Amino acid sequence: MADIQYTWPSKEKASVLGHSVLRLDGLEKSVGAAKYTYDINLKNQLIAQALGSPYGHCKIKSIDIAPAMKVKGVVHVELLRKAGDELQWNGELIAMVAAESEGAAGEGVAALKVDYEVLPSFTHDENLEEAKKRKLTTKAGGKVELQNEPGDDDDEEEFEAAEIERLFKESVHVVEGYYGVDAIAHCCLEPHGSTVEWDGDKLKAYHSTQNVSGTDEGFATALNITSDDVEVECNFIGGGFGSKFAADYWSVAAARVSKETGRPVKFMLSRDQELKIAGNRPSGYINVRLGADKNGVVQIWDSHHWGTAGTKGRGVSQSVIPYVFRPKNFRRLATGVKTNTVGSRAWRAPNHPQACAMTQTAYDDLAAKMGVSSYDIFLRNLENISSRQTADVYRRELEIAAKLMDWKAKWHPHGKGEAQGSIVEGMGIALHEWGGVANNSSATIRIHPDGGVESFCGTQELGTGTRTACAMVVAETFGLAPTDIKVHIGNSKLPVSGASGGSTTIGAISESHRRASLNALAKLFESVAGKLSAKAEQLEAVGGVIRVQGDPAKSIGWREACGSLGLKPLEASASHKRGDKSSLSSEGVGGVQMAHVAVDRETGVVRMKKYVAVQDMGLVVNPVTAESQIYGAVIMGISYALYEHRLTDPATGAFINSEMADYKLPRIGDIGEIVVELFEPEDQRQRGVIGLGEPPVISPGAAISNAVANALGVRVPVLPLIPERVLDALKAGKA
Amino acid sequence: MKAFDYAAPRTESQVVDLLSPQAGHTEIIAGGTDLMGLMRSMVVRPDRVVNIMEVESLRELGPDDQGAIRIGAAVHLDELLSIPYLENYPALGQALRGMNSMQLQAQGTVGGDICVQPRCWFYRSGLSSLVDAQGVIEQGDHRNHAIFGNAGPAKFVSGSRLAPALIALEAEVRLLGPQPDEQRWIPLADLYRIPRLQGQRHTTLEAGQFVTHIRLPAVDLAQGGATSGAYEVRHGEGPDYPLAAAAVKLSFSGSTNGVATISDARVVLGQVAPTPWFSEEARRALIGRVVTPQIAEEAGEAAVLRATPLARNRAKVQHAKVAVKRAVLLAAGLETGGF
Repeated sequence: MADIQYTWPSKEKASVLGHSVLRLDGLEKSVGAAKYTYDINLKNQLIAQALGSPYGHCKIKSIDIAPAMKVKGVVHVELLRKAGDELQWNGELIAMVAAESEGAAGEGVAALKVDYEVLPSFTHDENLEEAKKRKLTTKAGGKVELQNEPGDDDDEEEFEAAEIERLFKESVHVVEGYYGVDAIAHCCLEPHGSTVEWDGDKLKAYHSTQNVSGTDEGFATALNITSDDVEVECNFIGGGFGSKFAADYWSVAAARVSKETGRPVKFMLSRDQELKIAGNRPSGYINVRLGADKNGVVQIWDSHHWGTAGTKGRGVSQSVIPYVFRPKNFRRLATGVKTNTVGSRAWRAPNHPQACAMTQTAYDDLAAKMGVSSYDIFLRNLENISSRQTADVYRRELEIAAKLMDWKAKWHPHGKGEAQGSIVEGMGIALHEWGGVANNSSATIRIHPDGGVESFCGTQELGTGTRTACAMVVAETFGLAPTDIKVHIGNSKLPVSGASGGSTTIGAISESHRRASLNALAKLFESVAGKLSAKAEQLEAVGGVIRVQGDPAKSIGWREACGSLGLKPLEASASHKRGDKSSLSSEGVGGVQMAHVAVDRETGVVRMKKYVAVQDMGLVVNPVTAESQIYGAVIMGISYALYEHRLTDPATGAFINSEMADYKLPRIGDIGEIVVELFEPEDQRQRGVIGLGEPPVISPGAAISNAVANALGVRVPVLPLIPERVLDALKAGKA
Repeated sequence: MKAFDYAAPRTESQVVDLLSPQAGHTEIIAGGTDLMGLMRSMVVRPDRVVNIMEVESLRELGPDDQGAIRIGAAVHLDELLSIPYLENYPALGQALRGMNSMQLQAQGTVGGDICVQPRCWFYRSGLSSLVDAQGVIEQGDHRNHAIFGNAGPAKFVSGSRLAPALIALEAEVRLLGPQPDEQRWIPLADLYRIPRLQGQRHTTLEAGQFVTHIRLPAVDLAQGGATSGAYEVRHGEGPDYPLAAAAVKLSFSGSTNGVATISDARVVLGQVAPTPWFSEEARRALIGRVVTPQIAEEAGEAAVLRATPLARNRAKVQHAKVAVKRAVLLAAGLETGGF
């Protein structure tokens, strides 16, 4: 067999890639036929519900399960914690009750008698002074980088301090600011959970997960069995955003209850539990001082930020401060704040949205101080960046975004727009970067003698169109239509594929499916070459036929070609290893976004008018789902910029807005007009497929905050920009 | 959810028969948009649920002999939105449209809205009862809690979206029970109270009693009758609960330089106190005046003059002020100047 070239067809030649294909499972999803984990109900199953700690910090004095066992329909109570245990956050699960019905399970949970000793809690992560007083801070790293180096006799810290002050003295413009972004919950619409069933010693877990191939081990380890005895299935998922990689202790508990009772068990977190314990994004608050030259190019950055990722402190990594922009001289310090909140989980582009919101706001305040357009300041500072994308691409994206926003015509200096009644408008910019490397992935392709094609891969449909993308890659390779391909994903018994996190899925499945299908095609060519009186390497699969290159008259239909396989189907597999060099995929994207908002100065209410997102991602596999990803990311960004945050009650330590009525998310009327531009010039397409899930969610916080600052002429420092904060900032701005 | 008996009576007297003489044992369900959530989270745990949606008389909607509009408690909000008489009651139309939720409007009912359980995240998460004797709310995050009528242990806010408009429009409600034939009409404003003792609810309904109808007095805008307006300050488009709300009914007599002068005003705030809240101060600021943006502003300022915000809910005072101002402007057919 000749050497196979693992490459993509050119834009002109591609018949499927780069053409919008509607989701193959779209109809199933939209009519409710798609079975999500929450929809799985097994014969004779028990429904389980759990009791969580009502307080931010408490000790269990006693637990009495007898009243719960007396509730009609309750079959089993599984204790997850015991008397004497200290519970460090609101919602931590204490006991699980399995019953014949949801009602009985709920009644059983309510009947559990637990006595608590309420202990002092601390949840106010923004309050660094109070955290210090209570000794709840930890060092979270830092870095100093200066162009001038200390002499041999200099004390390093003293030199740094003096050098930084010298740089500030030299600066023409100095900005001092405070910025922040509160912790938010992942708020998956389908909560975490599973339906589990044992067949002897083998466990089947229908589990809402972004990690089908990697979760079996989590169950196995916790249950003291081996992974070969675990099958994890997830065909559809109602949101994960980085919070659904693990087996999770509640699903393991459900498996224990199932073993104990000999019946299938369904356990899904309740809405408030989902918000309280199943994932949150760390908060970040920062004090910044920056100094710039007369052109507004930042020469020195000095910052200290803090925040919480739960009881261990941590917070936002200092490594991405300041974000994308990286002056030649900087000092950045970070402090973690320990709070009585559950540990954070990866949230779409970990660290980046907060870093962007905490630092590109300061660059915007520099523009405000200079009375010049933020566009010019962002453009000029591209000379000093730290990014996996190039300054040249950012410049081109800025230009496109400005055109789509009509930036020049609409722009006014900060706070100088004309008010209509109490309404003022403003615009803001932000830009971002991300990796998006292709994850590990294996795939098998089966071609049947009757022409049928199946693909097998242990990846998962995260709602992003992965199933469709798998079919598109195979269809492109075989010259078929995506609907001709039967895609099998979502089960841990399929060839192993990486977790869907870090924007690594589209690269991963593009690699494995392209390679496996090219391998399969080479075998098929061998099989039909004789019929076409040609050599295998002369053949191509185009438009439903296999033909001789340069001599299209010599062709044979796909089905007939497959008939040459005889009685047995042809199978070929391939794997891609994360990090391996490949012309099919690479990593490193940028992206530029602009926001246009209106603010009601009397009420503090902010409304989105227009939002522009220009995004590069190398080669675009499926434009329509790529656009969907960006729409979704922008809406999620509008959400944390204007609406959602975790509110913890100072008195009880409880996550007090953990129900949907109080945890604000934007509705369709709140998002304004969103304009998405896929940036795919040939130099970017040549780089191959790069992940897209995360990057577009990074910029909205900063872009919207900057737009509000441009409208009002004062900065509302902390996201989300809820009405009371806008009113407070206006009041402070007047004083 | 606790197991419960379910009943779907066909007549009003059957409803009364099914209601328990003990408070809290029976809940009436109409649209269920709020009750179902509270039952699932075990905050409300009735032994029996009585569905009133199949009682024909409670679906009544239209004018009576005197031209007053009768609205059955089980009338869906979107049915009310579609009636032609609504144009005589702009405040009510504005309040209904403000919900911005087809789901709530299609499923929710008028009776359900005016009896809706209060807004208080401590109560709804089981951390406090409505009457917070322990001071949990005062110590806690009470940014959404009452700025009026909050001196006692109840600090929640009335959650009804329609009550401010209905009260401004002088609506009455018909109560039936506890005896099957015991009925009376009371002003809607009298349905609400600030509970002071444990176990007391946010309405004056006795155990075994329920709201069957709402009656809006006849108004003919074309004949120079009173006009009205309602404004909610909302964080987003909805269906979230407003940050503050106000409804205003203005009556006019005579004129100042050919412009109508306000002879009477009913200003009712919502989402700011344990009950819908009359503002006598705003009323006085409006009587004898001609509506201008300045007068509307003054009415807003007067409305919050006696507000008693807690430590963390001062923004609500501003929102209440703006709501009153904009409701006055809307009632007068002027621009609000805001969203």
